[in-house]
Amino acid sequence: MYRIVDKRELADKITLFVLDAPLVAANARPGQFVILRVDEQGERIPLTIASTEGGKVTIVVQEVGKTTAHLRSKEIGDALADVAGPLGTPAHIEKLGTVVCVAGGVGTAIIYPEAKAFKEAGNKVITLMGARNKSLLFFTDELAQVSDRIIYATDDGSFGHHGFVTDLLQQLIDEGTTIDLVVAIGPIPMMRATCELTKKYGIKTVVSLNPVMVDGTGMCGACRVTVGGETKFCCTDGPEFDGHLVDFDELAARNCQYVDKERLSYSMYEEKRGCGGRCHG
Amino acid sequence: MRRTVSRIRKRIDMPSQDPAERRRNFQEVALGYSPEEAVEEASRCIHCPKQPCVAGCPVEIDIPSFLKLIAEEKFGEAAAKIKEKNSLPAICGRVCPQENQCEGVCTLGKRGEPIAIGALERFAADWERLNAAEQKLPEAGKQEGKVAVVGSGPAGLTVAAELARMGYEVTVFEALHVPGGVLSYGIPEFRLPKDIVRHEIEYVQSLGVKLLTNVVVGRTITVDQLFDEGYDAIFIGAGAGLPHFLNIPGENLNGVFSANEFLTRVNLMKAYEFPEYDTPVKLGKKVIVVGAGNTAMDAARNALRLGSEVTIVYRRSRQEMPARLAEIHHAEEEGIEFRLLTNPIRIIGEDGWVKAMECIRMELGEPDQSGRRRPVPVPGSEFVLECDSVIIAVGQSPNPILTKNLPGLEMTKWGTVVVDPETMQTSIPGIFAGGDIISGGTTVIEAMGDGKKAARGISAYLQQKARV
Repeated sequence: MYRIVDKRELADKITLFVLDAPLVAANARPGQFVILRVDEQGERIPLTIASTEGGKVTIVVQEVGKTTAHLRSKEIGDALADVAGPLGTPAHIEKLGTVVCVAGGVGTAIIYPEAKAFKEAGNKVITLMGARNKSLLFFTDELAQVSDRIIYATDDGSFGHHGFVTDLLQQLIDEGTTIDLVVAIGPIPMMRATCELTKKYGIKTVVSLNPVMVDGTGMCGACRVTVGGETKFCCTDGPEFDGHLVDFDELAARNCQYVDKERLSYSMYEEKRGCGGRCHG
Repeated sequence: MRRTVSRIRKRIDMPSQDPAERRRNFQEVALGYSPEEAVEEASRCIHCPKQPCVAGCPVEIDIPSFLKLIAEEKFGEAAAKIKEKNSLPAICGRVCPQENQCEGVCTLGKRGEPIAIGALERFAADWERLNAAEQKLPEAGKQEGKVAVVGSGPAGLTVAAELARMGYEVTVFEALHVPGGVLSYGIPEFRLPKDIVRHEIEYVQSLGVKLLTNVVVGRTITVDQLFDEGYDAIFIGAGAGLPHFLNIPGENLNGVFSANEFLTRVNLMKAYEFPEYDTPVKLGKKVIVVGAGNTAMDAARNALRLGSEVTIVYRRSRQEMPARLAEIHHAEEEGIEFRLLTNPIRIIGEDGWVKAMECIRMELGEPDQSGRRRPVPVPGSEFVLECDSVIIAVGQSPNPILTKNLPGLEMTKWGTVVVDPETMQTSIPGIFAGGDIISGGTTVIEAMGDGKKAARGISAYLQQKARV
C-alpha cells in the first residue's frame, strides 16, 4: 500500500498528491512517470512524477474520468493499491544555452522538474505558461523560481497574454531570442501547434506524450506512437520524443479509443458519488 | 499382438464444459477427474521399469510413485510426492504440453493411449487444495546466501521455491501489481483460474519466499543496487514481454491490439467485468486473430467469450500450427474459424478505426531454417476480410528494460540472454537467467525446468562463494 501523505487542490479539478513510495523516489529522474492503481478494481494509469523528496513522490492529477475522480476523492492518510515506477526514459538534460519550457494545463506539473533540471545544468530557462483561464494556472511560484523569465497566457485573457502560448513563443522568436531547445508539454493541440511553429524556424523541440497505457513496461504496446515513420512504445522509448517527428493525428485518434467506455464509467461513478455512494451499498 | 492391445484399458476422458455453453462464459473448460475416475486412470499405469515419463518431465517429477499413491487413494501423499519436485502442480497439470513430454514417451502410448499424467497431477493438486490437506515438506537447514529473483512467472517462482527449500533467503521482484507473470496476465481464466495461480504462489511464499510487487528491476532498482543491498546472486526471469507486430500498413489503427495488450486487459485487469473493474476492452463484432500459437488460441477464445465472431488467420498450414493440439481442438469446437495459408498484407481503416484486412493466399514451398515448409505468396491472390478488430499474436522477444542496462551481459542477435546450459549462469558472474528471456518464448514447464537448473547453479555458486 502506498499512503497519501499530503494533498493540495491546485486549480479547478487539479490536485497534487504526495505519496509515500520510497523505492520509486530513490531512482526517479525528470521526465519519468509512475503507473498507479487506486484500488483492487482499478485500472493502471500513468502519471508523470512532478517531484521527489525524501522517499516521497509528488504527482499532479487532473480529473478527466472515473479513475482520476476516484483518485481525487482520496484523502491524506488513505492508501493507493499500487504505485510502480519510475518508468520511461528520463529526460535528456544538458547545458545547451537557452531552453524554452512551454507548459499547458496539467503539463505544467510535468515540465516543472525539467525546467528545474535545465536551470541547474546551467541553462537560461524561459517558461511560457498557458491555461484556459486564470483559475487553471498553478505552480506559478515554483516555475518562476527556476525560470529566468516566465510569461503567462490564458485563452480568455483573464491573466497575462490573451491568447495561446504559441503567440508568446512567436514573440520570443520575433524579439530575436536565441533558442537552443523548446520543451513543450501539455494538451495535444498545444504541443502540435508549438511543433509546427518551431519547425518553421528549425528549433529543436521535445514533447512528452501521454497515450493510453496498460502495463507501462513495454509489454503490451497499447501506447505505440509513430515517430519519424517508426512505431515506438511511449512507455519505454518515451515518453519524450522529438516533437517534429511525432504523428499527432494518430496519437489524438488513438487517445479516443475508449472514450465511450470512459464516459460510461465516469457517469456511473458520478451518479454513485451524487448520493454519497449510499444508494449503491 | 492384437490381444495385447485389447488388454490396455481405455483412458478415462476428463469431463469438460459443453462447447456451446462454455463459449459464452469465462469458467474453466476442463472440469477435472472425480476421485473414482482418478483412481481408475492412475491404476492403468503398468509401472514399467524404464520410467520414460520421469525423463520426459522437465522438472523430474517421480510420476510412477504419485500415480501409485493416487491408485491407492492416498491423494494427499500423491500431491506431496509431486511437490518434492514441482511447487506449481495445479498449474502444470493444466497448462503443460504433456503430449510432448511425460505422456508423449509413456510406454502405454506405444500400444494404446498413454496415462493421463497431466490430468492426474491436476487432480492430486486440486484435491489437496480443496481438502486443505497440505502436507509440510521436510525443511532444510539454513544456508548462507541471499538471492534476488527478477520476475514472478514460472521460471522465477520455481527458482525461488527451490532455493527457499534449500534454505536460502529469496526475494522475488515483480513489475506488475499481481505476481505470476504469464500465468496471471497471459493465460485466460477459463484455462487457468486465477484463484489457483494465487493459491500456488501463496504456497511458494509459505516456503519462506518474500515477494514484492510493483518493482521494475532496471528502473525501480538496478541490478547494481541489488548487489549493493547484499544480494549474492540474481536470477533474471523477466520473460519475453516485447510483442512483435507485423509491420504492415494500418497496424496503429484503433482496434488493433497486440495479443499481450488484449490478454492483459482481459485476464489481468478483468476487462470482461467492466464497469465493475475499471479497465475497458473494446472489440468489434468481427475479430481477426493473426497467428496460431497458444497465445493466439487464448486471445481468440477470450474474444469469442466477449461476444465476437472470431477468425484465426495463419500463413502456414495446419501441420505447422505451433499451438497445442488440444487448444486448437477446443478453439474449433467453440466455433472459431481458421483461415490457413493466409497472410495479412494491410489493415484497412475508416475514420481511424479498423474496417477490414487485406490478405494474400499462401502456398508451402521448401523447408526453411525452422524445418517447416516456407509459406510463399500466391501472386494475384489478394482478397479482403471484413473485421472490426485485429489481435496480433505472432510472437514476442525478451523485454529489454533490464538487459539493456547491463553492460557486459552477453546477448544473442534475437535479444535473448546467453547462459551456460548447465548452470544457467550468464556472462556476468552471479547473474543467472532462465525462461522466455533465454529462449525467446517456450512453455511454462520449460521455464520451470530452467528455474530448477538455475537453482542448482545458484546454490553451487553460493557454496563456492562461501568457501572463498
